[in-house]
Amino acid sequence: MQVTGSKRPATELNKEAEYVFEPKQLQEVAEGKKSFEAAVEKALTKHPERKEKFSTGGGIPLQRVYTPVDLEGTDYGKDLGFPGVYPYVRGVQPTMYRGRFWTMRQYAGFATAEDSNKRYRYLLSQGTTGLSVAFDLPTQIGYDSDDPMAIGECGKVGVAIDSLADAEVLFDQIPLDKVSTSMTINAPASILLAMYIAVAEKQGVPMSALSGTIQNDILKEYIARGTYIFPPKPSMRLITDIFDFCSRNIPKWNTISISGYHIREAGSTAIQEVAFTLADGIAYIEAAIKAGQDPNVFGKRLSFFFNAHNDFLEEVAKFRAARKIWARIMKERFNVTDKSAQMLRFHTQTAGSTLTAQQAENNIVRVAIQSMAAVCGGTQSLHTNSLDEALALPTDKSVRIALRTQQIIAYESGITSTVDPLAGSFAIESLTKQIEAGAWEYIKKIDEIGGMMTAIEKGYPQKHIQDSAYDYQKSIESGDRIIVGVNKFQIEEDMTARKLLKVDASVGVNQIKKLHEMKEKRDNVKVKSCLEEIRKAAKGADNLMPHILDAVRNYATEGEICGVLREEFGEYKENVVL
Amino acid sequence: MDRKIRVVVAKPGLDGHDRGAKVVARAFRDAGMEVIYTGLRQTPEQIVATAIQEDADAIGISILSGAHEYCFKTIIDLLKQKKADDIIVFGGGVIPETDVPTLLGFGAGAIFGPGTPTTETIAWLEKAVAEKRAKEAK
Repeated sequence: MQVTGSKRPATELNKEAEYVFEPKQLQEVAEGKKSFEAAVEKALTKHPERKEKFSTGGGIPLQRVYTPVDLEGTDYGKDLGFPGVYPYVRGVQPTMYRGRFWTMRQYAGFATAEDSNKRYRYLLSQGTTGLSVAFDLPTQIGYDSDDPMAIGECGKVGVAIDSLADAEVLFDQIPLDKVSTSMTINAPASILLAMYIAVAEKQGVPMSALSGTIQNDILKEYIARGTYIFPPKPSMRLITDIFDFCSRNIPKWNTISISGYHIREAGSTAIQEVAFTLADGIAYIEAAIKAGQDPNVFGKRLSFFFNAHNDFLEEVAKFRAARKIWARIMKERFNVTDKSAQMLRFHTQTAGSTLTAQQAENNIVRVAIQSMAAVCGGTQSLHTNSLDEALALPTDKSVRIALRTQQIIAYESGITSTVDPLAGSFAIESLTKQIEAGAWEYIKKIDEIGGMMTAIEKGYPQKHIQDSAYDYQKSIESGDRIIVGVNKFQIEEDMTARKLLKVDASVGVNQIKKLHEMKEKRDNVKVKSCLEEIRKAAKGADNLMPHILDAVRNYATEGEICGVLREEFGEYKENVVL
Repeated sequence: MDRKIRVVVAKPGLDGHDRGAKVVARAFRDAGMEVIYTGLRQTPEQIVATAIQEDADAIGISILSGAHEYCFKTIIDLLKQKKADDIIVFGGGVIPETDVPTLLGFGAGAIFGPGTPTTETIAWLEKAVAEKRAKEAK
C-alpha cells in the first residue's frame, strides 16, 4: 500500500513553520538521491538485490534509502514536539525510562488459585513490577467450574475463579495497596473488579488506594478474541457503568485496556491494528458521553494494549503514530483539554503468533527483538512471551527467561538512557507518517459506515483481518516470507522431549468440590436477594457495580451473577464472517 | 473423484482463537472442497449434528485451549453412537506432541500442529477421503 507523506511544493510552505529542513537543502538531497539511484540501478544487473520489492511485515513498501526529503514538510513543534507534550509522538512522560522503567508485567495464571498465587509470588521475587492475571475460559465467559460448558476447560488457559473465596486465595500475601494488578477479563470484568475490591477490603485497603487495570474491551471480543457473553448494547452499558463507578471511587484504576494485540494476532496488519483499536476507542468515548460522562474525567483512565510484532522499524513507528492520532482525536474530535486524557498510555505484549513450536529456543531471540521495538516505541508496560509459547503455558524457567529479557534491555542495552532514541531517523519518521495516514483512512471509512459497532455488525474489520491473515499464510507457503526453523533452516526434532507445563483434569474435579462446599457454607438467603437486586438494576438504569459488589461480598458466584445478566441481557450471536 | 469433498471445520468448546480455522477453511475452499465452518462455541453434540446433517466426509477440529482430549474423545464417541463413525476426524491447534498418540488412539486420523502448511493438510485429507470412498464402494 503506497502511502506518501505530505509533499507540499516549496511555494506553499508556511513561512512561520519550523521546518526541520530548508527547501533548498531538500532540493539538493533529492537530486543527489536521483544520481545515487541511477548508479545503483546500473549495478543491479550484476549485483541484484535479494528481492524485487521490499516491504514491512504489514506491507508498507520500503525504500532502499531514506533521506531528509522524506521529512519534507515536517514541522518539529507541530508534528514531533517533546515527550509529555501534545501530540505526544515522542512519549507521554517527559523523562520516560530515565524516570522509571516500564512496568514489567507478566501475564500469568493457571489451574487453581493456589497454583497461580505461587507463580505470582515467584514472579514478584524475580523482579516483575506488576501483576497480570490470566483467567481460564469458563471464568472469562461467565461460567462456574461446574457448568456443563466448562467441561475440559477448567484451569487450562488461566486460573479458575468462581467466587470471592478463590480471589482471596489468588491474592494471598500480596499487598493490594502496594502492587498494581491487570486483569485480562472482558464480559464479566465488573465481577472480577468487584472481587478485587472485596479482597482489598479484607486487607484493610480502601478502593481509593487501588491501582490496576481491567481489560474490559468487548468490541475486540466481537472482532477477534471471542470471549463475549452479552450483546453490544448491554455490554456497552456495563462498560460505561464501570467508567463512572471508577471515576468516582477508584481514581488510579485503568477502567479499560482498548486492545489491538488480539486484532494483530488474528492476522491484521500494523496499520489495521492501530486503526481498529482507535476506532474502538472512539466508540467507547461516544458511549460514555451519551451516558452523560465527561471525557476530560473518564478519558484520563482509558488505557491501550498493543502487539509488538516482528518488523522492528514498523513497530516502533506504529506506537509513535498511535499516540499522535489518539491525541488529535481526543483534542479535535472530543474537545478534550485535560492533558492526561489526551495521552495514549499503553501496555504491550510481544506477538505470540510469531513464536514457533520448532526450535523453540529461537523464540527467546524473537521476543528480545519485539521487546526492543516496544521500548523504542515508548510502552508503559510490557509482557514478554516465553519460549514455549507455541506449546503450552510457561514453566517457571521459561517465564524467568522472558522476564530477564526485559531486565537486560532495561539495564544493559542503553536504549533507556535517552527518550525516543529513534526520533529523527529518516526511515522511522517516514514510516510513522505513513502508518498515521493509513490508519486515518480506515478510521474515516469506519465513520462513514456508522462507527465501529455498525462496522462489526457488517463484518468490516473481521473481513479485513481475515484477508490479511490469509495473505500472511500464503506468503509463508510460497517462501516469500521466511520463518526460521519452519520453512527454512529446519531440523529433525524430538518434540516430546521438552518439559511442558500441564494442567490435568483433577483441577476441574477439585475446583467443583471446593465450589460446592463454599455454596453450602455461605448465607444463601442473602445471595438470593443480592442476585435479585442485580436483576432489578439490570432491568433499569442504575449503575450495576454497587449491586455486583454486594453480591460478590456475599460469595455469589460469577456464574450465578452472569446467569442473571444472561437472562436479562441475552447472549451475543456470533456474526460468522468467513 | 466426482463428488466434492465436504468438510466441517469446527471450533468446539470455549476457545475463541479462530485465525487458523478460518485460514484452513479458506484453503480447503480454494482447493475445491465444500466447507462448512461452524463458528465458535460449538458443543460436541452440535458439531456431530452439523456433520451428519451436511453429509460431511470429514470434521476438522481446531482447538488451542488445552481441552483437546475431552473434545476429540467426546466428538468421536458421539459419532460412533450415531453410527456415523465413517466420518473422518482430524484436527490441529495447540496440542502437545505427547498428547497426539492419545488423540489418534481415540480414532483421530491426523493432528496438524503449528507450522503445518495448508498444502500438507489438504493432501492428507484428499487421500483419506479417497481411501474412505474406495472402501465404501466395495
